[in-house]
Amino acid sequence: MNDVKNTHPVYTIKDFNLWYGETQALKNISLEIPEKQVTAIIGPSGCGKSTFIKTLNRMVELIPSVKMEGSIHYKNEDIFKPNAKVESLRTEVGMVFQKPNPFPKSIYDNIAYGPRIHGIKDKKTLDEVVEKSLKGAALWEEVKDRLNENAFGLSGGQQQRLCIARAMAVEPEVILMDEPTSALDPLSTAKVEELIHELKNDYSIIIVTHNMQQAARISDKTAFFLNGEVIEFDATEKMYSNPHDKRTDDYISGKFG
Amino acid sequence: MTPKKADKIAVNVLYGLSGIIVLILASLLTYILVRGVPQFSIEFFTQPAKTFEVGGGIIIQLYNSFYLLLLTLLISTPVAMGAAIYLSVYAPQNSFTTFVRTAIEVLSSLPSIVVGLFGFLMFVVQFKLGFSILSGALALMIFNLPLLTRTIEDSLTAIPSSQREGGLALGLSKWETVTRIILPAAMPGIITGVILSAGRIFGEAAALIYTAGQSAPALDFTNWNPMSITSPLNIMRPAETLAVHIWKINSEGLMPDGPDVSAGASAVLILAVLSFNLLARYLGKKIQKKITSA
Repeated sequence: MNDVKNTHPVYTIKDFNLWYGETQALKNISLEIPEKQVTAIIGPSGCGKSTFIKTLNRMVELIPSVKMEGSIHYKNEDIFKPNAKVESLRTEVGMVFQKPNPFPKSIYDNIAYGPRIHGIKDKKTLDEVVEKSLKGAALWEEVKDRLNENAFGLSGGQQQRLCIARAMAVEPEVILMDEPTSALDPLSTAKVEELIHELKNDYSIIIVTHNMQQAARISDKTAFFLNGEVIEFDATEKMYSNPHDKRTDDYISGKFG
Repeated sequence: MTPKKADKIAVNVLYGLSGIIVLILASLLTYILVRGVPQFSIEFFTQPAKTFEVGGGIIIQLYNSFYLLLLTLLISTPVAMGAAIYLSVYAPQNSFTTFVRTAIEVLSSLPSIVVGLFGFLMFVVQFKLGFSILSGALALMIFNLPLLTRTIEDSLTAIPSSQREGGLALGLSKWETVTRIILPAAMPGIITGVILSAGRIFGEAAALIYTAGQSAPALDFTNWNPMSITSPLNIMRPAETLAVHIWKINSEGLMPDGPDVSAGASAVLILAVLSFNLLARYLGKKIQKKITSA
């Protein structure tokens, strides 16, 4: 599973620093995130992993006191350059959140939401997008007979896969996942993990998780964050069997965290 | 005294206090309805008021109340909506927005008679709108705006930020997130707020006495020319509402059956306001259910 290929980076982060007011949350981050692989971000609570992933689609800017320094390139484009359109970045970089957040609409409308906003009106095309996305998120078989029912009626795990399908429906290149299974039971977690494994054929996935076993199971590369710094970034297999840094070893072996 | 006993006494006292509130409301309602409903008759609802004779109705005042309500809501809802969206979504936390919020609070605590006198000087005299439905609607807008803005803002901020983030993460702009995610989700709360404010508007008298006026010129309900003085659509005609009518009868009414007309009109007013409240609850619950259940 951990066949580390030499691929183009989808994200290139250089000397990136971020502050919330006076508190520095990210320190000198430099990373290259590979395309069409699963990159896991692990680390203890408060280490900056969520902040980091939210920076990649600029959602972090919703917090008013944020200050940033350094550069992040998405496919050779500086995401912070003055004329960069944050909406088009977010169309190419989808996001799945910690807690499933479907819209209070039907299953169908949840998926068709993004495509409709981006101008697709044709019913037939929408039908296809909905079916394809739900199949992609391994949810189609469970919901195909009740597409018009409210999404709030689905179980937590189904809702999370619905959110993944919703993100896929706008055909992104990257899907960011911020602890997508932390609110799910073990069975639903297994389903989502299985799904992530499938998805990396078509998408670059960056996943934040506090669950080290999960990172080991699903990722190709892992970055270990501690106090806002990247301590180690390597192929997952190598990191788990033979970590470079003592602190990584301590964290992975459960000495803290 | 044991804590258990103290707890029991406290519960009973609180129970009694809530009981007093219900009792006041119930006795008020009973009194007004028992006194007023017997006055109801077809003539009462279909005839114009009479100044000197027995048997006047309330059709014109009732119509004026609804027409004024409609106009007020048409004017104040968009303004309140805009202000609420700005305050809940866009406004940064700074001295200016704090000032706006304080202004809204102050405005909401203005006595309605003051709003009425302000409306008289501003709209009736200064803008030369005269005693008219338009002057009345503008005064009621001032009276209604603060609370309506507040209710709408509360319903907007009650939408979990995860919904907003979900929209933004799909590549929606801030404005699209507002119009397509936050507003639809907040709609039950907004509708409830608008209907509840309708109840307040409907029953308001003091703000209207010097703006919409105290006379109800005869209306010809077949006249649809909005420029004509007898047309129900005309917004430049003076228009005594039901609440003002009640005040007028009791302060200077000359008809021999004044107390009866007043009682009947009060019952109609109370029933209307009550049904607005019930409607607000019903619609709010219904939409909420439609939105959240499978």
